[in-house]
Amino acid sequence: MPKDGGIGASTVRREDVRFLTGTGQYCDDMNMFGQTAAVFARSTAANGVIKSIDTTAAAAMPGVLAIFTGEDFVDVGGNPAGWLINSRDGEPMKEPKRPVLAHGKVRHVGDAYAAVIAETVEQAKDAVEAIEADIEELPAVVNMKDALSSTNYVHDEIGTNQCFDWGWIEDNRAATDAAIKGAHHVTTLELVNNRLVPNAMEPRCSMAQYNRANDEYVLHTTSQNPHLTRLLISAFVLGIPENKLTVIAPDVGGGFGSKIYHYGEEALVLAAAKKIGRPVKWTADRTEAFLTDAHGRDHVTTIELALDKEGNFLAFRTETMANVGAYLSNFSTATPTFLHGTLMAGNYTVPNVYVNVKAVFTNTAPVDAYRGAGRPEATFSLERVIDKAAREIGMDPIELRRKNFVKPDQYPFASAAGLEYDSGNYDALMDQMIKVSDMAGFEARRKASEKKGLLRGIGLNAYIEACGIAPSNLVGVLGSRVGLYDAATVRVNATGNLSVMVGAHSHGQGHETAFPQVVAEMLGIDPQSIDIVHGDTSKIPFGMGTYGSRSLAVCGSAVVRATEKIITKAKKIAAHMLEASDSDIELNDGVFSVAGTDKSVTFGEVALKAYIPHEFPIEDIEPGLEETAFYDPANFTYPSGAYCCEVEVDPDTGKVTVERMTAVDDFGNIINPMIVTGQVHGGLGQGIGQALLESTTYDEDGQLLSASYMDYVMPRADDLPFYTVDHSQATACTHNPLGVKGCGEAGAIGSPPTVVNAVIDALQSGGKNVTHIDMPMTPHRVWSAMQNA
Amino acid sequence: MYAFDIERPASVAEAVAALKNDEAQALGGGQTLIPTLKQRLASPEKLVSLTGVAEMKGMSSAGGVLTVGGGATHDEVAADGSYKALSELASNIGDPAVRSRGTIGGSLANNDPSACYPAAALASGATIVTNAREIAADDYFVDLFETALDEGEIITAVKFPIPEKANYQKFLQPASRFALVGVFVAKSADGVRVAVTGASNEGVHRWSAAEEALTKDFSASALDGLSVSADNLISDLHGSAEYRAHLVTVMTKRAVTAAS
Repeated sequence: MPKDGGIGASTVRREDVRFLTGTGQYCDDMNMFGQTAAVFARSTAANGVIKSIDTTAAAAMPGVLAIFTGEDFVDVGGNPAGWLINSRDGEPMKEPKRPVLAHGKVRHVGDAYAAVIAETVEQAKDAVEAIEADIEELPAVVNMKDALSSTNYVHDEIGTNQCFDWGWIEDNRAATDAAIKGAHHVTTLELVNNRLVPNAMEPRCSMAQYNRANDEYVLHTTSQNPHLTRLLISAFVLGIPENKLTVIAPDVGGGFGSKIYHYGEEALVLAAAKKIGRPVKWTADRTEAFLTDAHGRDHVTTIELALDKEGNFLAFRTETMANVGAYLSNFSTATPTFLHGTLMAGNYTVPNVYVNVKAVFTNTAPVDAYRGAGRPEATFSLERVIDKAAREIGMDPIELRRKNFVKPDQYPFASAAGLEYDSGNYDALMDQMIKVSDMAGFEARRKASEKKGLLRGIGLNAYIEACGIAPSNLVGVLGSRVGLYDAATVRVNATGNLSVMVGAHSHGQGHETAFPQVVAEMLGIDPQSIDIVHGDTSKIPFGMGTYGSRSLAVCGSAVVRATEKIITKAKKIAAHMLEASDSDIELNDGVFSVAGTDKSVTFGEVALKAYIPHEFPIEDIEPGLEETAFYDPANFTYPSGAYCCEVEVDPDTGKVTVERMTAVDDFGNIINPMIVTGQVHGGLGQGIGQALLESTTYDEDGQLLSASYMDYVMPRADDLPFYTVDHSQATACTHNPLGVKGCGEAGAIGSPPTVVNAVIDALQSGGKNVTHIDMPMTPHRVWSAMQNA
Repeated sequence: MYAFDIERPASVAEAVAALKNDEAQALGGGQTLIPTLKQRLASPEKLVSLTGVAEMKGMSSAGGVLTVGGGATHDEVAADGSYKALSELASNIGDPAVRSRGTIGGSLANNDPSACYPAAALASGATIVTNAREIAADDYFVDLFETALDEGEIITAVKFPIPEKANYQKFLQPASRFALVGVFVAKSADGVRVAVTGASNEGVHRWSAAEEALTKDFSASALDGLSVSADNLISDLHGSAEYRAHLVTVMTKRAVTAAS
């Protein structure tokens, strides 16, 4: 063992048995004895002064146990931003306090200003309706450009709506400006990277228990990183000592980033559970999810690409306004900066890159990392402006990209945006994409579409992203207030099976299947004898959780390191049992043997000996077989790819149909190809959703118009084509022990520009001089663009 | 959801009696009302469920007229097939859950400006049969969510004269999948009727210029040069009034082509 279940096997996901048979245990499935319900009173105004909140009538309602307002939390800390960004002038970013409940002002529709704890949800809702809140509505600041020039401040105390004005790399600015000024050709593109609502299938839910006997709390919550949530609550918000607080993220129904962050609701249920001495549960309804989950993207960007006569890239210059909403969510300052600006050299040898990002407060929901987090924004800007440039200078878009690709012999490659790419082969990815997408057959397909009265277009692009975040030393320099290692404990039980406690959290990624494949491969044992334990701070080592496609690259590497320690110790035990030297012990297929002899003991016999250490060299070896490793990577990982999309556009209605979608990705080594393919499919669905369907629209008063599935368009099966997915052109990551790069976000990063490029191609082929359409390219937008062309 | 009482009458007479209570509200398939209740946007004291009323169920076709019980679900109408265009329309309403619960009576009584059935009823020249009277479709649709029904009046059946040719074309609002614009075209011996849903701030309406042109010449090309004014059309997240005006012509042409 493992013959079929180790690295590289498309093992069926074991966790799907419970997910597909309704036996998963999500937060809201759990109920505690004596449980009560929390319901929040939320602002219907985007901006307003809280004049008074009268809870007298509400408190007298049936079943009401307690009511909280912002006044109850003035003495506790704010929910902090995890990254300190400094402006170009050296000034630190503005960090207004983000309280548990709004105090003084409400700042976006959905901002919670009070909470009712009652015996039942319905009683709590009734009481929320009886709260008399006098909130004086003020004009809302919604549009970023207006916000920057307005004296109507989201946070009066900071006297500006600009959080920071960041330059990357500031020292490259003059050279970039000069390169653009002297260039043979400059292509300019203004674009919007549309705001997205994360829409995890499971809305957020938090349930707190307080045990008076030992002053301990347990918080069950929908989190992608329970240790980080505990740290934020303990160190910044409520001050509950970490050793008195257990945070458990059980089965979690998707996150896409939105469940990385600590939210005020978690602090509220903890405080309430202590106050009333009973468990308190809050479950968001879908409207609350739309209004209060951290949204994604929302950039307004101008990008310029300077080229010489031959089509060599001379410079990329980017000016971006990034919406951070009304409060700084935990990673909101990192997403538009170090997860975006550092990628603005793309796959290219371009010598000059400069990015300016102004982060802007508005009276809208907080914006933070969402599947891809900064890299989709970078990829979209780059690959759209490159496509536009190709049309302007009359060069084939593939040739233009190839001319500027980093070549395989240039690694490690220091990009002009400050990263060191360790491996890749962008030409090979492009070649494979051309082949598997059957690009040669496109003209015939275009003619067939024309016969149906439809315009067919083809779009393509390359991408690179940075995953596996990240080296703590590097992110520390870049402003991170946390480290970004991860951790694993491998416990070999006495009877020879294994429990592997990991810092990563699985909320759809398939860790429970993939991680055992790694350990099984290393030990040569049956993966079914290995279980992953995750999501419970009382059981797992201090890891940083799951986001940024980091679980396998970082936590998986910790699993490897811990398993290596297990092997080292097990060999010592085996050596003792076999009366040989450790250096002569070999491990093959779960059997320890003395090299060159027929003397051997099985892995199970060694495990048993470790826990029943009779005749054991106790002076040399400790009993037990359990090892922990923390792994801090040496660099980001750099997945890359080449994507291709074919669309049909109905010229009468503007409706776009994605006919073909090809994703050729380099994820390095792959542990479970089936899970990787599934991850790509999911990402492509979200990328096509962003490109064609999903629009988060606030009106000028700050009301969210797309606040339900009646108006927010989620991609459905019939909006999506069958995908062609290929991972054959892999180059291993050079600095982690598995050689893996991360696959969770690539589909959402690589696909939006591909789809837009294809639609532009379709319209141009139909004689319409349309050079850009902002996402989502709804039928109305496409039709309008055609009318104006 | 606020608390309410529920009654389940077995006959139209019992239902009418139950609805005499001012605070009572009729409940058909519940595909609009139940979500509204869940969001606490309505608080009727009593719901009168019509799903147990046997005389409102079923369909029958005789003398070129299809009579659909007010309690017939979209799935049942979809499966009937004696009026093909109507069955096709029903088969594309909402999703399977909506089609298995939602009823024609509920849809017509609600008169959502983006619903499909009002276009079919108006274009077909249908007759809305209630517990009290018969109302011609031309007199039935008054305004958004407003009909000729009196308080407590129940749609027991809808009579559709089956046209020679008919077709319904719907351009989907991509989120709700209601009609962003839907056009039902019906050609009978008396001429052609064209009804438009989804487009207007006044709800479902007929497009008389298209009816005239198509009565003379039932072909898509007969509509060339005709256009619809954007005045008073709906403008929202999913499409401007001008876009909807344009779609009315596109969908009408497609319906004529499909019906021919």
